[in-house]
Amino acid sequence: MRYSAFRLIKEALTGHKGWRPQWRDPEPQPHYDYVIIGGGGHGLATAYYLAKEFEAARIAVLEKGWIGGGNVGRNTTIIRSNYLLDGNAPFYEFSLKLWENLEQDLNYNAMVSQRGILNLVHTDAQRDAARRRGNAMILHGSDAELLDPAGVRALYPFLNFDDARFPIKGGLLHRRGGTVRHDAVAWGYARGADMRGVDILQNCEVTGLRIEDGKVLGVDTTRGYISAGKVGVSVAGNSSRVMGLAGMRLPIESHVLQAFVSEGLKPFIPGVITFGAGHFYCSQSDKGGLVFGGDIDMYNSYAQRGNLPVVEDVVESGMALIPALGRARLLRSWGGIMDMSMDGSPFIDKTHIDGLYFNGGWCYGGFKATPAAGYCFAHLLHTDRPHDTAAAYRLDRFMSGHMIDEKGQGAQPNLH
Amino acid sequence: MTVAGAPLRNRLTGGLIDRDQTLNFQFDGKTFQGHAGDTLASALMANGVQLMGRSFKYHRPRGLLSAGSEEPNALVELRRDGRQEPNTRATVAELYDGLEAQSQNRWPSLRHDMMAINDRFSTFLTAGFYYKTFMWPKAFWEKLYEPIIRKAAGLGSLTGQDDPDAYDKGFLHCDLLVIGAGPAGLSAALTAGRAGAQVILADEDFRFGGRLLSETQALSDLSGADWTAQVLAELDSLPNVRTMMRTTVFGAYDHGIYGAVERNADHLVAPAAGKPRQTLWRIYSKRAVVAAGAIERPIAFENNDRPGVMLAGAVRAYANRWAATPAASVVVFANNDDAHQTARDLRAKGVAVPAVVDVRPDAPRIDGIEVLAGARIVNTRGRLGLGSVTVQLANGQTREIACGGLAMSGGWNPNLGLTCHQRGRPVWNEDIHAFVPGGNLPAGQYVAGAAAGELSTAAALRSGAAQAIAALADLGMAAAAPELPEAEDAAVAITPFWQVAGEKRAWLDFQNDVTVKDVKLAHQENFTAVEHLKRYTTLGMATDQGKTSNVGALAVMAELTGKSIAQTGTTIFRPPYTPVSMGALAGRAVGQAFHPTRLTPSHTWAEEQGAVFVEVGNWLRAQWFPKPGETHWRQSVDREVTQTRKSVGVCDVTTLGKIDVQGTDAAAFLNMIYANGFAGLPVGKVRYGVMLREDGVAYDDGTAARLAEDHFVVTTTTANAALVYQNMEFVRQCLCPEMDVQLISTTEAWAQYAVAGPNARKLLQKIVDPDYDLSNEAFPFMACGEVTVCGGCPARLFRISFSGELAYEIAVPTRYGDALMRELMDAGQAFDVRPYGTEALGVMRIEKGHAAGNELNGTTSAANLGLGRMLSSKKDYIGHVLSQRPGLAAEDGLRLVGLKPVTPVQSLPAGGHLMAAGGPVDAAHDQGYVTSAAYSPTLGTAIALGFVKRGAERMGEQLRLVNPLERQELLVEIVSSHFVDPEGEKLRA
Amino acid sequence: MIINHPLLGPRDAQEFTYLGDAELLNRPYWLSETALQQFHEYLYLRDNPAGTHRELWFHEQGDRSWLVVTRDTGTHEIQNVELARDVALARRAARTAGETRG
Repeated sequence: MRYSAFRLIKEALTGHKGWRPQWRDPEPQPHYDYVIIGGGGHGLATAYYLAKEFEAARIAVLEKGWIGGGNVGRNTTIIRSNYLLDGNAPFYEFSLKLWENLEQDLNYNAMVSQRGILNLVHTDAQRDAARRRGNAMILHGSDAELLDPAGVRALYPFLNFDDARFPIKGGLLHRRGGTVRHDAVAWGYARGADMRGVDILQNCEVTGLRIEDGKVLGVDTTRGYISAGKVGVSVAGNSSRVMGLAGMRLPIESHVLQAFVSEGLKPFIPGVITFGAGHFYCSQSDKGGLVFGGDIDMYNSYAQRGNLPVVEDVVESGMALIPALGRARLLRSWGGIMDMSMDGSPFIDKTHIDGLYFNGGWCYGGFKATPAAGYCFAHLLHTDRPHDTAAAYRLDRFMSGHMIDEKGQGAQPNLH
Repeated sequence: MTVAGAPLRNRLTGGLIDRDQTLNFQFDGKTFQGHAGDTLASALMANGVQLMGRSFKYHRPRGLLSAGSEEPNALVELRRDGRQEPNTRATVAELYDGLEAQSQNRWPSLRHDMMAINDRFSTFLTAGFYYKTFMWPKAFWEKLYEPIIRKAAGLGSLTGQDDPDAYDKGFLHCDLLVIGAGPAGLSAALTAGRAGAQVILADEDFRFGGRLLSETQALSDLSGADWTAQVLAELDSLPNVRTMMRTTVFGAYDHGIYGAVERNADHLVAPAAGKPRQTLWRIYSKRAVVAAGAIERPIAFENNDRPGVMLAGAVRAYANRWAATPAASVVVFANNDDAHQTARDLRAKGVAVPAVVDVRPDAPRIDGIEVLAGARIVNTRGRLGLGSVTVQLANGQTREIACGGLAMSGGWNPNLGLTCHQRGRPVWNEDIHAFVPGGNLPAGQYVAGAAAGELSTAAALRSGAAQAIAALADLGMAAAAPELPEAEDAAVAITPFWQVAGEKRAWLDFQNDVTVKDVKLAHQENFTAVEHLKRYTTLGMATDQGKTSNVGALAVMAELTGKSIAQTGTTIFRPPYTPVSMGALAGRAVGQAFHPTRLTPSHTWAEEQGAVFVEVGNWLRAQWFPKPGETHWRQSVDREVTQTRKSVGVCDVTTLGKIDVQGTDAAAFLNMIYANGFAGLPVGKVRYGVMLREDGVAYDDGTAARLAEDHFVVTTTTANAALVYQNMEFVRQCLCPEMDVQLISTTEAWAQYAVAGPNARKLLQKIVDPDYDLSNEAFPFMACGEVTVCGGCPARLFRISFSGELAYEIAVPTRYGDALMRELMDAGQAFDVRPYGTEALGVMRIEKGHAAGNELNGTTSAANLGLGRMLSSKKDYIGHVLSQRPGLAAEDGLRLVGLKPVTPVQSLPAGGHLMAAGGPVDAAHDQGYVTSAAYSPTLGTAIALGFVKRGAERMGEQLRLVNPLERQELLVEIVSSHFVDPEGEKLRA
Repeated sequence: MIINHPLLGPRDAQEFTYLGDAELLNRPYWLSETALQQFHEYLYLRDNPAGTHRELWFHEQGDRSWLVVTRDTGTHEIQNVELARDVALARRAARTAGETRG
């Protein structure tokens, strides 16, 4: 069923009787050529591109709960291609280009909205770093503009320009950055994959990986054993748990990141803005809530909830940047489990076990990567070769010393 | 508008309002009167105002639904200008004289809202309709569709003006935190208070008592309010009990820590001078009792959202506590006995109750009121308020009943929020047909009263005492239940009933306009998981977070899927329980107080000189010292550099990290810390050292001075002072625990100044006491020692140079820093000494080719920095093994070089990229980047440092420095990074 | 969170900075033939358990002790707190004893 304004009008006039399920709930088959573990954005996108771009058949996505219930359903919805390093920039540019055509591709309005992302700078050294980054972005085919304080003020007149502890000295504006309605991404990919025959198996938790002679044979699940040609793992914060079923230790720690939304407000913040002198970034959803976040809670956690000091830290930074926020109210906070990698960059790679592939280590940047991660993981699963834009995301890069460390923090995941 | 003194239209007798205090207030520009004890909601109701807001999506007229913090409908903008607060629930806004409120999310007025056109098109605007359209043409989303949607969405507005009020934060500690001061909370607090425990009793309301204030049944021979007053008097007499009104406990965090907001001044026009508007309390409790009560749930039926349709318990509360009624005539619609009390109380107050419509065929009778058993309300009529209800009787006939108010009740839901903040899942209780707390409460938490499903007053009283006793027993404290009054103790009599079947819209979520039809559509499209239901329909995502809507909606979904409500489950409860002002969460850390400001000892002196300051982390440092007549910063900086290189300059370098290292193993310890060797450093010498992270990346550099065999002083960069210290402690305690070595950070203990330039020695000879020989022979480059200055003041002298000049750093105890700076300036007059700031410091270090923060960017190895030969191969040190990896040590990697424009220029862009002179300009051909740049008055051109692939082998090669960001490109030549004095003759002079 | 410091009693977690898995106490020997592999494993690979986790915290705004905290990553419940130096010394003693016996 194609979605369109015409279809909507037709259904409205006939009592909405014609809408079909956006995806089926099939029974598991005994065998699939491709089993994707993890029904989040990445897993669903992987299945979608496997079916669509690589015309693969017999694909299943296994989700322990409800699809889209992990980090794709719990994030601050930002998309951007403003990376510095060669290992990252082509990948995120590829991702942004996929975002730009996503809705037409999926026939699903995920509200991709390129309202611009502005990274503020507060010191000369930050401006130098922003210039290096902006130039790298342009050289990689993305867009960037360096704004002076007046340019920032023209976009965001209500920032603290007059009494700031750390004055705003400018900003790096990435106009193609923006936000996407996060849940719709999971649903759009699920619907697209389902239409192409992918079996989406909810409430199907993987409890074991069957491996013999260095080759994966299938997965044990709460809905029975499923034999598999290839198994792709795409489970974000649960990466260590699932790959642990194959006896692997990963360069990943699981940490909790909180994010926040305010009560609904009339339009106030046009794009995405990030504070350079504290942990705070913010946008406003189409519904009107200010969606914001800051730093992770710092300690290893699988609890999907955080603590008050980080809430305070984030809001302090928010108020330092936008003094008018004091009268707005925090409506809801949530905590997601981040697969924090050792250099802040992800992995899309084969493992030493034949037929077992891994996609993870996305830290808190996995949402914007969703289309490209799905595409590149599908490429790897299908061709056994990395996609050009994801070739740097190797699991063995720490052995050779080829870290992809955007922040320059070293092997301490909570600092990335 | 009301005439002063005239009886208000919907004001009843009695109640807990102070009729002696009349308060004037405004709503949408009209002036009204209420009394102390009123909320904005009760006062508007008493004045006969039913229409208070508009719904989010369809802009349907909205009036009060509830009498508490769960209110979804009556949201207003309170106050004006910088104090304007959007989305304030009228039900919790305490009335004060001069209150100003505006309705919101309507245009041009609340009565005539043009956006109500959406309601006409509601059949097109079903759940998730936007996912299926607005996709064509592609460019129209950002340009057309989304701006319209954004403008229409949102609720209240922020003015954009700075919030003028102050907020405080504080910590509280207690044995037992009691959350909620209704019957259960009061009984728990009394039990624990009498047992001598440290107790905090917090309630969100501005009056203690909870439902006791809204009910008419007596507690033994006292009214609920009087019994509350009696208990409160005792609690307030106990020194171990702290009672906190207007305090919402909004979150349950780890280890018994609760977040709470006390609204100190929201009941005033403005906070008193110097007083906070609100206070954020972090309450560290050993145990907690949640006595947060219960929230009534509506019933879904067609047009159940008209102003005047309210929850039955709320109608009772307005009548009994606030002496107000939504109308002269109120119908009751319920599936339980509790709502019958509303009918009785209304009648007792003189309000007409034409009928009680009860869905239960066996509904009990009420003397003097018609009970329509087995009947249901199938529709309502009215324009901006309720006019009548259509009742379908048990026999199938319909009857239209005129009324201005409808009190509905689908039963009560225990208020679970705080019990589930640590991801606990509630369980379904078949006796009261509601979710109750499950077994996985936050550690140390107990639940009492209605929050635990104990819905009668007597049960709440008993349960409060019992839970307090249990909590204290867990702490080893004995407590006994107080003598509890006789109270209402009716068993819950309810038949589950969620919706009246129909074809039209029946509301579940009143603010977000989610109806039964939306739930059906979600089901039809396979959004059956509760989280999918919520996200697809926006159910429960409004400012009330589904307090009144969630259970009803998932019951409807359960009916559709054929599952039980227990199987269907709930969405996740997350903090905060009710929305919390951002101002309270930020507290005093706003404006200049966002971060502490660190000042060096010579700060006042620098201010006197008219210095321009710059933020360096939390420090403020002098950036340059303008002289009269200088109009551009470059004039000042060029002069400072030139004067230093010509004669002598002084720079405050106090902010550098300083770590004292002492012990018999001090040298062996530093050998572990630094990548280059330190064991053989003689006493009285300084050595430059590089520190690696364990991953082999160079992260800090500095010097270590050996003052004695067992005593070193380590300096770090300003930025890494804390991190280096932490890492050194890690090595000391965790990796080398057997070493005899002690560390202490002395950054704040010593003021330190760089004295640089050809006349530096001559200047210092006038400062350092004559006992100390500063000649080049006695105190050569890289010498150090403890000296005295100015006639006996202890000092440390280091002959080190960041500028490339003959230079020293001299340190004195912090308290002498200001005096030393003044002495240096006085003594230096003969040499025309000038202070120089961080800008000149930066110019000179670039001229000299020293790496700093822009080069030590956390990704560069010693090899990249051209320091590869410093790495010792003879010893273990942090980072040794992993620094050998190809990615860090490769011969063809980046190398730090100098970059000089082929034609002299005034500035170069740090952050520009480098491309081969004749090659393409793109990422694939990137040769490196510029890290630091400055105008060198010494060379008469801007110069730069940068990393270039194989840079060390490419001296003399020309590259294109490209800066497409600012449309700039020029030719530069790769040169040695030591622009000035490459042989180091000056600094050894 | 509250960390029960062995010397100072209960302290708010805000006074501490967090490093990570306490396996970082077991730094490999630099001259081992497989030093690169061992350091790679030491610095980069993690068990990352959902459950009991021994981890290093630094009392930065306190007495500057490094602590080994045993904490459940699912519930955040803290089961044990030790001085890291004591743990490191005990491990060393155990290793020495093992070498003596062996």
